[in-house]
Amino acid sequence: MTTGKQEAGHRFRPECALDYMPRAELQQVQLNRLRAVVQRVWDRVPLLRSRMNERGLLPENIRSLNDVARLPFTVKNDLRDTYPFGLFASSMREVVRLHASSGTTGKPIVVAYTQEDLEIWTSVMARALSACGVQEGDIVQNAFNYGLFTGGLGYHYGAERLGMTVIPASGGNTERQIMIMRDFGPTVVFSTPTYFLHIVDRAKELGVDLRELPLRIGFFGAEPWTESMRQHIEQAAGIKAYDLYGLSEIIGPGVSVECPYQDGSHIFEDHFLAEIIDPDTEQVLGEDEEGELVITTLNKQAMPLIRYRTRDITSLMTGTCRCGRTLARMRRVERRSDDMLIIRGVNVYPSQVESVLLQFDGTQPHYQIVLTNEHGLDQMEVQVEVTSKIFSDKVAAMEVLQKKLSDEMRQVLQTRVQVTLVAPSTIPRSEGKAKRVIDRRTKL
Amino acid sequence: MKITQLSVFAENKPGYVIAPCRRLADAGVHIRAVSLAETQRFGVLRLIVAEWRSAVKLLEEAGFVVKPTEVLAIEVPDGPHGLSELLAAVDQTALNIEYMYAFPFGHSDKGILVFQFTDMDAAIERLQGAGVNLVAREELQEP
Repeated sequence: MTTGKQEAGHRFRPECALDYMPRAELQQVQLNRLRAVVQRVWDRVPLLRSRMNERGLLPENIRSLNDVARLPFTVKNDLRDTYPFGLFASSMREVVRLHASSGTTGKPIVVAYTQEDLEIWTSVMARALSACGVQEGDIVQNAFNYGLFTGGLGYHYGAERLGMTVIPASGGNTERQIMIMRDFGPTVVFSTPTYFLHIVDRAKELGVDLRELPLRIGFFGAEPWTESMRQHIEQAAGIKAYDLYGLSEIIGPGVSVECPYQDGSHIFEDHFLAEIIDPDTEQVLGEDEEGELVITTLNKQAMPLIRYRTRDITSLMTGTCRCGRTLARMRRVERRSDDMLIIRGVNVYPSQVESVLLQFDGTQPHYQIVLTNEHGLDQMEVQVEVTSKIFSDKVAAMEVLQKKLSDEMRQVLQTRVQVTLVAPSTIPRSEGKAKRVIDRRTKL
Repeated sequence: MKITQLSVFAENKPGYVIAPCRRLADAGVHIRAVSLAETQRFGVLRLIVAEWRSAVKLLEEAGFVVKPTEVLAIEVPDGPHGLSELLAAVDQTALNIEYMYAFPFGHSDKGILVFQFTDMDAAIERLQGAGVNLVAREELQEP
């Protein structure tokens, strides 16, 4: 790994030879690593070992890359069922970092990193950032949240590795973000696309023209965004906007990234083996066929995942990109094969809402999630039908209940939720089943 | 001593107050008093009706969430100081009031104050001790 030295605007050079490796060689690297990681989980992760046993599969049966299709899938609920540390393949002495992301119910899922894993993470992030032409001398405002969420620290260390000057602004406090943007002169910004749109709108209200600032590049991720959102961001802020894909279970941000040609995200295949499957039949699909992205981590020590079902719908291109990279590219993720919602960059499952309501006697079973983005930022409202069990003649008692529900949802969902009590039978039911999510967010 | 008040959950939407009242009126139920406690996002409609048992049934059948609660009704004496003297008497009992509302009653100029106290039994005892006139249920509604 070398750091980039090219000037802004120059044609970028290879930052990492692996990005440009002939595919046959890359596949040999992948196969060696796949065999090693399968051996590792066989030795250290009881759940995977028993699943391989059920299939009569031994680590030595993995002889070619195609054999990956013989391995069992790992799904998000496996992380929940083994909460918190059940899928770790390293002892806690070797684990140097824990992060967490939303699970499908009340408990989060936990991910772990050894020192070596952090090195991989930092290196893929550095490769990702340099692929889009940022370098030493660039100042970056990191508006991803720092904390259990992988966004803040993942970007942070990758940027520092490149020798960028990092402003760890974290998320929120939009007016301060704009002040920093104006006074510190960042040339690069990291953010979720919707939060950056909010910054753009607020800056306009405050009379700050982002196009006149030194800002030139933005990296956006943690939620799906569209081509028209990109164009809006690029025009309104006078920057180039790049998609950087990742998910906590796999490593965090840094699974794949665009390049200046903005024609698909290059997957760091020396670390992540990607497959596309039909989410219903689970059959492996070919190039350009749309399906669910499945990733096997090839190098991770603390929590290697075999055939992890991301639920993100995309397709792969393996032809060499105009930038010269031979890495496979994935098309923009615009939808998912499950009911996960992404609200201000935070993953939310309707089942999490349900699990909170279940703790409150009398609030089941009728609720509805209403999503809006009238003022730029996503707003989540949970409407809960009042039952005689929770109804009180005392307004204060009802307000306390409403607040308790909001607080508990915020705890579990890690995002602000407005709970509204509604009259019984007002949530429409279709064929006896309530429609759980009303998404009124306008997409640009 | 206690009377039964019906509370109905009301969303903050047009029509949500009139709907239960209309339902009762259509069935010939005599609504004596109505009071709305509202928050930013919802309201609680409180009703004193004569035929409270059938009213509960009617409203529940119509899909409303109804809660019968016992409250105390106090007659406000006639005269310019009637209300303030009564409130002073209630105040001296040091009872914790959850909520209160008033409505006119009968053919005279009398009024009735409805109280919900945190401790209803203590309230009855202390109010009677203070010489406050509690309205009997029979005067307002079916037993």
